[in-house]
Amino acid sequence: MTLSAKHIMTMDDLTPEDITLILDTAESFAEVNQRRIKKLPTLRGRTIVNLFFEPSTRTRMSFEIASKRLSADGVNFTASSSATVKGETLRDTAKTLAAMACDMVIVRHKYAGAPQMLAEVMDCPIVNGGDGVHQHPTQALLDLYTMRQSLGKLEGLRVGIVGDVCHSRVAGSLVPALNKVGATPIIIGPPTLMPARPDILGAEVSYDLDEVLPTLDVAYLLRVQFERAERMPFPSNREYAMLYGMNPTRLAKLPSHAVVMHPGPMNRGVEISADVADSPRSVILDQVESGVAVRMAVMYLLLGGADSGAAA
Amino acid sequence: MGYREKAEVMDAEAMDRALTRIAHEILEANKGASGIALAGIMTRGVDMAGRLAERIGRIEGTTVPVGSLDISFYRDDVATRLSPEVHTTDIPYEVEDRTIVLVDDVLYTGRTIRAAMDAIMDYGRPAAVQLAVLVDRGHRELPIRADFVGKNVPTARRERVKVLLAEHDGRDAVVILEDDGRGVE
Amino acid sequence: MALLLKGGRVVDAAAELDAVLDVLVVDGVIAGVGEELDAPGAEIIDCAEKIILPGLADIHVHLREPGQEYKETIASGTRAAAHGGFTAVACMPNTKPVCDSGSKVRFVVERAAADGVVRVYPIGAITAGQTGEQLAEIGDMIAEGAVAFSDDGHGVQSAGMTRVAMDYVKRFGAPLIAHCEDESLAGDGVVNEGVVSTRMGMRGIPAAAEETMVARDIALAELTGCRLHLAHLSTARSLALVREAKARGTAVTCEVTPHHLFLDEDDLVTYDTNLKMNPPLRTAADREALVAGLLDGTVDAIATDHAPHAVHEKELEFELSPNGTTGLETALSLVNTHLVAKDVLDWAAVTRLMCHGPRAAANLPEMRLEAGFPADITIVDPEARVEVTAEWFESRSRNSAFLGQSLLGRASDVLVGGEWVVRKSKVIA
Repeated sequence: MTLSAKHIMTMDDLTPEDITLILDTAESFAEVNQRRIKKLPTLRGRTIVNLFFEPSTRTRMSFEIASKRLSADGVNFTASSSATVKGETLRDTAKTLAAMACDMVIVRHKYAGAPQMLAEVMDCPIVNGGDGVHQHPTQALLDLYTMRQSLGKLEGLRVGIVGDVCHSRVAGSLVPALNKVGATPIIIGPPTLMPARPDILGAEVSYDLDEVLPTLDVAYLLRVQFERAERMPFPSNREYAMLYGMNPTRLAKLPSHAVVMHPGPMNRGVEISADVADSPRSVILDQVESGVAVRMAVMYLLLGGADSGAAA
Repeated sequence: MGYREKAEVMDAEAMDRALTRIAHEILEANKGASGIALAGIMTRGVDMAGRLAERIGRIEGTTVPVGSLDISFYRDDVATRLSPEVHTTDIPYEVEDRTIVLVDDVLYTGRTIRAAMDAIMDYGRPAAVQLAVLVDRGHRELPIRADFVGKNVPTARRERVKVLLAEHDGRDAVVILEDDGRGVE
Repeated sequence: MALLLKGGRVVDAAAELDAVLDVLVVDGVIAGVGEELDAPGAEIIDCAEKIILPGLADIHVHLREPGQEYKETIASGTRAAAHGGFTAVACMPNTKPVCDSGSKVRFVVERAAADGVVRVYPIGAITAGQTGEQLAEIGDMIAEGAVAFSDDGHGVQSAGMTRVAMDYVKRFGAPLIAHCEDESLAGDGVVNEGVVSTRMGMRGIPAAAEETMVARDIALAELTGCRLHLAHLSTARSLALVREAKARGTAVTCEVTPHHLFLDEDDLVTYDTNLKMNPPLRTAADREALVAGLLDGTVDAIATDHAPHAVHEKELEFELSPNGTTGLETALSLVNTHLVAKDVLDWAAVTRLMCHGPRAAANLPEMRLEAGFPADITIVDPEARVEVTAEWFESRSRNSAFLGQSLLGRASDVLVGGEWVVRKSKVIA
């Protein structure tokens, strides 16, 4: 089996079968990550460029570790978006990279559509490492992986995505991803943090977290992205935590099997209290761990078997 | 390509005898079962390893640890040929200082064994690595030979050798397949 | 020098003409319009199968000169205008520097006289530097030839400032042209707020950012009695507000652009920056309401908001690239393709929306196909095919939202003051 997609720019690029293939392949890589020698020769001689136009530690490291564990040569290119505005354009950067014959580009950018722009100019697979407030597909994939590991299945799960939905590329990918695997996304938050048309995302909408909690299998807290908001979308952190923060009282309202997730980095005390974040119900560190295996799977599947014509 | 069965080179009885002989040879070469472990190469090598372990157990009255090795990530042709299905490797024993017997159904170019050796090394430093195969069909592309061979079967490159196993195929046998001339499926 | 335009279908709503007639031009002036005119010595131009219209005017054009000549110049912009069938343009003051004083208006007038292919009417800034803080020298600009006043590109955010401007401009009888956008609502938006902003992960500009300003400016026009022209309206509710104001007798006019008439947010499937404009492409329902506004008289003018940008600027990320599409060279073809050829509008309505309406709204001289008027004439070949490719444009820029489209009809010949500026669809000036 191979992926139907050449690039992973949005969840739209992936079929439900693709998602299953990525998650199954990631399980094999997860085994590798348990070994003493966590390295495979699989992508020896391949060059993977991490093109990061926005500061990122977690995602960049996760991709970097994934490429190193597969023996690919990882190259990091970090630049601020504003620097490229005045100097070289993104298109020029893409042409430059294309001329250097790299085999894959992971791109993180402040603005939506940057991966598509690269794909117009470059032949190699492009993986979206987060574009603006649009999508972050590998995050959604690792979230699905973590849910499958924790709860044994994806189909039929009710996943509450809580908080800053309108500024969240994580939600932008997770909602369609959940729909593709037969789970139900419910987006929950104040109207000031909702996208203009939540209905078209295919998610149920609620403004009341407490009402929804008892029905959830997963409570997925989003980071409040103060830096992206044009003006403060709620009166105070205190009131936000009061209405939408995950705390021990709310944890008790979740069904006993349900887990708590967060894409990180957390604003402890705002969307999640410290004791919940560190509780056994939290699978937040499992998400981080899954990230490497899922990204290894994505690299392996996108770079392996390109144009494979011959049958085994 | 479509293939049709050209000849049966081993039947169930011959396969059974060969496996029993290999089990004895492994024990003889290693002076017993202590310190050895089997590693079957996905997918048929895993079944073969199970059968060998069962025979060794019968002969020696001990249990030999068996693992399964998926070499998809060690192949030297990832760029052109993706493994149809990736399985998870499961090596439930310490590799360090043990004698590892790699088990596969057919030895051909040697590339799979090269990958399997790399894979097993990532689990530790074995005392020795040996190779057991049911069929050696020749056409090696690497300096690799088997320590234990069920049967040498001279073949042409265009032919395929397939080991049929009762649990997958309904019968135990080794057959030679040849191109049916109908081209790509 | 005499020209006889023979046997074309002469259409002019103001002159109440729609018949196959001849037009005689003598010394740059229309000498007569009638059947089988006889003019010994005149050059005879066969206009069979052609439509003869009074010279079209585009009252919302960015010529970029001075300051951004790499995007467009008065020379290239007026070539583009002629190519698209316009004999006159009114140009917006958001140049570098902003056209906010008499001397800067004079520069445009003089440069246009030297380099211009069609007639150019400068629009002056309402406030100095278009900063919305202090009145620009309106009277001085009027004296140098400014026809109207606008802070187009931003819109005056303060209602109080707008009120002062309207009160002051009223004295000169010129219209104030409003760019209706509440920046505190539009924020960093780059597309219509709704389906597309949600799906594509980009910040949205709500329709209300425009509509609240339309309502405000109508109220202020009623308060002050100033003539108000509303630029590039994009939503159904904006038009409804204008419709109500007109019913009350308010002196308000408005324009819509071809891109808001013929494209909507559903066309934004890739991050094509040529579809980034302000106001953004709205919904299909808004688009239909704009077309309805053309028919019921709510809309006075089709104006292109011709906004040229260089390739390297439009090749940026969607959220960074500048707003706007060029429009001068595609407007007439689009109107024919989508409206006239489909029997939504007739050619008389086209003269109302692309000649008489805009001229009246922006204070440009009237132009009719009648004896005594200057010979500013647009001759249309309604059956000609136009492939909108980068090579089609006379403009310095190619950032057209309609690139790649195949359109029907174009200006085949254009006269300005009796001089050919376009012959057989080629700009010859």
